[in-house]
Amino acid sequence: MRETLAFDLGLIESIHVNRRGVEQRAQSLVARRPIKRGSQVRAHVDAIQCIDLTTLDGSDTPGRVDRLCQKAKRPVRPDILEKLGIEPFTVGAVCVYHAQVAEAVACLEKTGVPVAAVSTFFPDGQGPEELKPQEIEASINAGAAEIDVVISRALALQSNWKALYDQIAGFRRACGDRAKLKVILGTGNLVRLERIAKASATAILAGADVIKTSTGKEATNATLPIGLVMTDQILRFLEIDPSHPVGFKPAGGIKTAKEAQAWMALMHEQLGEDWTKPERFRIGASSLLGDLERQLHHAAFGRYPAGHYLAIA
Amino acid sequence: MTTAVYTSDHEDAGSALHWLASHNDTFDHFINGVFQTPSGTTDRIEVINPATGERLASIPRGTQADVDAAVASASEAFKTWSQLSGFERALHLYAIARAIRENARLFAVLETLDNGKAIREARDADVPLVVRHFEHHAGRAQTLGVDHPNHKPRGVVGQVIPWNFPFLMLAWKVAVALATGNTVVIKTADSTPLTAMRFAEILMEIGLPKGVVNIVNGDGSTGDALVRHPGIAKVAFTGSTAVACKIRTATAGSGKALTLEAGGKSPFIVCEDADLDAAVEGIIDAIFFNKGEVCCAGSRAIVQESVVERFLAKLKRRMSRLRVGHPLDKTVDIGAMNSRAQFDKVTGLIALGEQEGATKWQPDSCLLESCQCGLFIPPTLFTNVSPAHTIAREEIFGPVLVIMTFREVGEAVELANNTRYGLAASVWSQTMDVAFDIASRIEAGTVWINCTNQFDAAVEFGGRRESGWGSEGGDRGMLAYLTEVDQPPVEPRVPEPEDRVPEPVVGLTLHRTRRNLIGGALKRPDGDRSYRINGPGGVFLGNVGHVNRKDLRSAVEAAAKAFLGWRGKTGHNRAQILRFFAENLTDQRLDIIERLRAQTGISFEQARQEFDASVEALFWNAAYADRNAGTVSRVCGPMLVTTLSEPIGVIGVRATDELPLLGMVAPMAQAIAQGNTVVMLAGTRPISALDLVPIAQSSDLPGGVVNILTPEAPDEAAVMLAGNYDEVGSFWYFGYDPDTSRRIEEVSIGNLKRTWVSDGRRLNWLDPSILSARALAEATHPKAIWVPFGA
Repeated sequence: MRETLAFDLGLIESIHVNRRGVEQRAQSLVARRPIKRGSQVRAHVDAIQCIDLTTLDGSDTPGRVDRLCQKAKRPVRPDILEKLGIEPFTVGAVCVYHAQVAEAVACLEKTGVPVAAVSTFFPDGQGPEELKPQEIEASINAGAAEIDVVISRALALQSNWKALYDQIAGFRRACGDRAKLKVILGTGNLVRLERIAKASATAILAGADVIKTSTGKEATNATLPIGLVMTDQILRFLEIDPSHPVGFKPAGGIKTAKEAQAWMALMHEQLGEDWTKPERFRIGASSLLGDLERQLHHAAFGRYPAGHYLAIA
Repeated sequence: MTTAVYTSDHEDAGSALHWLASHNDTFDHFINGVFQTPSGTTDRIEVINPATGERLASIPRGTQADVDAAVASASEAFKTWSQLSGFERALHLYAIARAIRENARLFAVLETLDNGKAIREARDADVPLVVRHFEHHAGRAQTLGVDHPNHKPRGVVGQVIPWNFPFLMLAWKVAVALATGNTVVIKTADSTPLTAMRFAEILMEIGLPKGVVNIVNGDGSTGDALVRHPGIAKVAFTGSTAVACKIRTATAGSGKALTLEAGGKSPFIVCEDADLDAAVEGIIDAIFFNKGEVCCAGSRAIVQESVVERFLAKLKRRMSRLRVGHPLDKTVDIGAMNSRAQFDKVTGLIALGEQEGATKWQPDSCLLESCQCGLFIPPTLFTNVSPAHTIAREEIFGPVLVIMTFREVGEAVELANNTRYGLAASVWSQTMDVAFDIASRIEAGTVWINCTNQFDAAVEFGGRRESGWGSEGGDRGMLAYLTEVDQPPVEPRVPEPEDRVPEPVVGLTLHRTRRNLIGGALKRPDGDRSYRINGPGGVFLGNVGHVNRKDLRSAVEAAAKAFLGWRGKTGHNRAQILRFFAENLTDQRLDIIERLRAQTGISFEQARQEFDASVEALFWNAAYADRNAGTVSRVCGPMLVTTLSEPIGVIGVRATDELPLLGMVAPMAQAIAQGNTVVMLAGTRPISALDLVPIAQSSDLPGGVVNILTPEAPDEAAVMLAGNYDEVGSFWYFGYDPDTSRRIEEVSIGNLKRTWVSDGRRLNWLDPSILSARALAEATHPKAIWVPFGA
């Protein structure tokens, strides 16, 4: 668990980001670091282990959540793993609304798969401020081990970094050491990369365990340039405080194995191999798992399966 | 099953090797549409894969006979190719572009095998830029007649290309030559001829008429034969500064047009408000792209002291992640040096850097196993470097970066410009007014703001100082391959019978020596010697100060000093000063006309015509003083590219003898209207030049902008001025002596200055429209400023 660091406005305001420079970096990263052949199976497995398998919909029911959890426990068909000589493994976490936490916890008991709850009036955060810590506590009491909070984007859009810091520090207190604090910046609302970088730094100062791009409900979600500027800040704080590394979670819009591989390459290049493991890296996704499993099927049997050969989540 | 996210992933070289095998690994030249070696020489050069040391192929070392045959073929083809319509030539260029695209992977692999560059670069940079270049010039060919009226192709062009971007440089040379209606003899670099050979096949496949493009293989001796060949009308070269100087010398006095793109030591300025992560990636691309074998490589990082530690930490971290290895591996960042000689040169300079006390740093383990055999150099960083270090001055042409620091912007500019080169620069700051300020003050042909290594066929690329001159790409790239359509020859003016020439008015006679104008003041000649000027029939017209090398030195110093202020004046201000000059000139109209006649013996009508043309020349150039600012180019991506036309600096002018007044006024006005300062050497009839002295003094011209000297032997003074004063950025010779033209071009290599010489021809100064386009190009050089944008 990380702790809240002292607020440092100078540090936040010294951040400069050039969008085209970041885009150039993102482009060359993907072109220079294709993950091919021998490395691919390993990278697909890593990616699956990092997935926060997610359902966040008004229509979620215990039955729906239960099905998701079953897939989380066994994300890849056993005969595929057997053929590839890989031991069974699970996804990184299951991510649901508060109302479904109890069901998910029950379903995942003794599997080691944590349940993450979105919180603080997800997805837009436009609820009463004093109720937000209560929501966090309620989810923790229901068994959630990770809390994905949303920030008040208005504070970031007004460059009111102190107020944003105070808000997130409050979330940190509410989580205490009982749950991992994952801070969703809502990058699609913040738009400008420099603002995203400053919001990242503010969240890290305030004690976030993980910084997360977006809710999945915004028009644009996780993109590689956004991932670069956010991980730049993780790297910066790693130099300041190496004993408390911050994790990263891109969410929304990552649907294909190829996209997942680009993210794995980004994490590897930016932060190193530790950030390709679920302790420090998560991908918020629902349909991505299907494509990754399909690729593993191809690696195992040399052909691409039709959808109905693989279990749905 | 842990670790190693990446495994080596080699591009398949099978099709390229198969193609080589289909030629028995043996190539000829490509002359008159077929592969042949007319000389039958058995002297052959082995082409080696630098990554493995394996032999790839062999090529003939082109001889004089081979070059003769190629030039003859191009000359024959010129007769029809130059007569085709723009549309017809556009169709050919477009076909070439399409065919290259269809063979893109083969070209990329061949280039990697031959050069040692990473396949990722050959695939993503070289080949797409080649295609872009041909496609863009298909457009240029189409609209040539509208874009460049009153121009025609030059004839057969001789082109010599380097080994660092063999195919891209071929494209930069060939596309524009074909678009403008010239025909081509191009010499490949002896270590990298393969893509040119595949290109030759493409020309056959698309049915380009025979002889339009001829490709001669060989080494320096072949290139020498080509540039000296009398059948060549224009020479274009890309390569080292040393060879550029040799080519300048070899072509001096030949009348051949010449463009030279030579070396560099480009600065990479990082301000404290830069996006440091972006800047780090920028410098990785600037210095390690193509293993640093790039003429415009950003090899001198100049970083603000306040962020240098953070910058260095990030840079070292990033460098540690670079992968050096087999260039066909798609995950490799840095391939093999092109040749043993280049490898030895770079490693020698690295050793010298350490010897001179700079601190070397290389990442621990970036060499992959595939580096066992071959010419690989790890990315290398030097700190504790100052401008006095050899590695901070010499072009290394390898993956070697030096870092220096600055405190404030002015110091950054000073460090950046403290080099004999002037090819490119990169500036990183999130503050646009700061970035543009630096860009405007850097002496380089290209400035990339918050980006690096951007190229586009629509944008001029070329150097200043010892990086050469002449542009490739854009409008100026086209102009380099064109010449003005022939004007009716200028008839020498016939003097009037002697009895009709007015005697100088004899009134009260004061004995006086008319002095030179230097730095705004009348200066007694340093040698304290004067000489007599007589008119036709030996009539004494006055005493004129003799000019020696110290007078020249004083004039050059005054002009260099005045340049800083003059270039900073607004165009409007310069225009008004030129018009004021014209007003003051007109006040003296009859006196000046009379003295024109006394010196030349021409009729009143001819003298009046020359006088009026002088006034018009001032007005004409005033009209361009606040225009000709430059262009904006459409390039790929959200990017603003503005190409400024900037003054060159000090221009030395040797005026024509025949037009004592206009020959001074017109080139002076052309030069200073664009912001240059001038050292004007009068011809052999200097009285009219001296008539300009009081006018210059009374026209609000800041001292030193115009300097007027009257050497007794103007051609000798011209050679001295062109050869011995490196502050002179360009020299214009309008005397009629072809031998002096040659000597000026020869001595210009001291600082690789630009020249504009008459080659013995009479230029038509009487109609300002005729020389205008040429003069605007000669009086300025371009600076392309690239600014990517995005919030």
